[in-house]
Amino acid sequence: MSVRRGTGHSLRGRLAAFDDPDAMLEALRRLRQEGFSQLEVYGPHAVEGVDELLGRQARALPLIVVAAGGLGAVGGFFLQYWGMALSYPLNIGGRPLNSWPAFAPSTFELAALAILLVGFLAFCRFCRLPRLYDPIFDAPGFERASQDRFLIWIAEREGRDDRELLRQLLPEGDGVRIDEVPA
Amino acid sequence: MNASTETGQELARVVEPGVTALAVTAHVSGLVLERRTPLWWWVGFGLSFGLFVLFLAAVGWLFIRGVGIWGIDWPIAWGFAIGNYVWWVGMASGGTLISALFFLTRSDWRSATSRIAETMTVFCVACAGIMPVIHLGRWWYFYWLFPYPNTMALWPQFRSPLHWDFVAILVYVAGSLLFWYVGLLPDLATLRDRARRRWQRIFYGLLALGWQGSSQHWRQFRMLYGLFAALMAPLVCSIHSIVGLDFAGGLTPGWHETQFPPYFVFGAALSGFAVVLMLVIPLRRALELTGVITLRHLDVLARLMLTASLLLSYCYLIEAFMPFYRGEEREITVMTSLLTGYYAPWYWAKIVLNGLVPQLLWVRPLRLNRPLLFLVALCVVIGMWIERYVIVVGSLHRNHSESSWFVFVPTVWDWATLAGSVGLFLTGFFLALRFIPMVSMFELRDLLHKKQAGGG
Repeated sequence: MSVRRGTGHSLRGRLAAFDDPDAMLEALRRLRQEGFSQLEVYGPHAVEGVDELLGRQARALPLIVVAAGGLGAVGGFFLQYWGMALSYPLNIGGRPLNSWPAFAPSTFELAALAILLVGFLAFCRFCRLPRLYDPIFDAPGFERASQDRFLIWIAEREGRDDRELLRQLLPEGDGVRIDEVPA
Repeated sequence: MNASTETGQELARVVEPGVTALAVTAHVSGLVLERRTPLWWWVGFGLSFGLFVLFLAAVGWLFIRGVGIWGIDWPIAWGFAIGNYVWWVGMASGGTLISALFFLTRSDWRSATSRIAETMTVFCVACAGIMPVIHLGRWWYFYWLFPYPNTMALWPQFRSPLHWDFVAILVYVAGSLLFWYVGLLPDLATLRDRARRRWQRIFYGLLALGWQGSSQHWRQFRMLYGLFAALMAPLVCSIHSIVGLDFAGGLTPGWHETQFPPYFVFGAALSGFAVVLMLVIPLRRALELTGVITLRHLDVLARLMLTASLLLSYCYLIEAFMPFYRGEEREITVMTSLLTGYYAPWYWAKIVLNGLVPQLLWVRPLRLNRPLLFLVALCVVIGMWIERYVIVVGSLHRNHSESSWFVFVPTVWDWATLAGSVGLFLTGFFLALRFIPMVSMFELRDLLHKKQAGGG
């Protein structure tokens, strides 16, 4: 009964739309206080404070990127060491085969390449991109979320009728409106 | 007094008063989605495409006849192609420095210019990447540079600075493209959602990958963008250092210099800021972006160009001083020849264009004079090409052995390749102007919101 964060809505819910990010933030705070936990925010730019209220962080991405950089560096160095010292050693005036200072620039570059590619793929994985269609796109007015409007998606809580509660928490008018989102 | 404080206030504004987030979004996406293609675009694109065809002809003839159609020969085996490569890759640095470095410093003036600069980087890197390949002679063995298992059991020479350079440019191409594309995702989604025509919805819908703008998306996006910026800033320094090592790694007098890595980074920054200025000055008028690309942006870019020019001038002084200080005979020969010999006009042109002309920018009214600023930037871009030409050819023409003293005479195909590469760049850039939002809309929405909240 868990929803993947931010994507793949299969649950019924409601969308509250706000013209102003600060009003959205205030509404989100109230919803959290009332115990709503399955929430997601959509907006045309990131808003400071949303992540804290939702209690979420992008913790995995930096760790993955650091790991990718480490593996890229080790792999990149080993590629050069293998080629120059093991697979086809060339004795040039008795110079050391494992000439690591000369391997350093490419090691750095290959670590950077690993970070770039793995970082992008991990980003796509966490955001579930590419995903050209999602039911949330059918929500009325959703196209404004990429332009000038902030939406809070509120999952319907099982066995509870929140309509009245939401009407109190988020009074419509003044740039706020609530739509039902079909399953 | 009053007038000067007014200018001071004007210079502090990154956004003109009265500009709203929705208006910026509507205007910038309208430029791509709705505006009829203006006449200047057709004229500019037509001329650029003509030059691009010239490039195809020059490279086609090169592929048929080989590098003998150029002026290169022994002992001057590096000519225009290498100079062009260093020039293009240097200009590409402008976009990365503005996007990555000034993202890390949280500079608010970066938002409105970053897209133009990054797009410039992508097409400059494309021009740069082609040059060493066509210089190879037997370009169809290009793939030998990749370390792949082959029946000859051979490896590329990983110890060579030239191979470091190959790896560096490969990573830089990938990095510039990814950094550009990731930064475009939210804007492509905006275009998808605002598009009226069917092909636009499909085109931008596919490119946007299904971006939703959820908090999850923004969280991951901001983390990835920050990580990429932190990587691209050192990466751009590394690539220009490695380009410097291409030369410093050789024993040729004039190339064998320990200062070359920073020298090339400074030169790259100088030409990068110059070419960004050359694009921003006309585009803020042509695309009616004066509300978000203000005098503040031009002032900052002009001062950055001046700073880079001072750094590079210091390197020029060291370059001229060192041979005489070290007393190595052939280095003195090369330097004396540059100062007074066959290449002296080129050498002094680079000093004047890169070192002296930018000194005009100490004066604020001159910095704010757009036509003059454009001309200074043009001087720098030309001067930086001359610098690369002097470095490549000037050193090779007085090598250790007197039997190998020659001069390089470019042929018509050398010039055609150079002019054609400008056409390649401009063709790509004009297409981007037509199909890609030239201002980062989501960053400006963010910026405007923060300005409103913070009262800045």
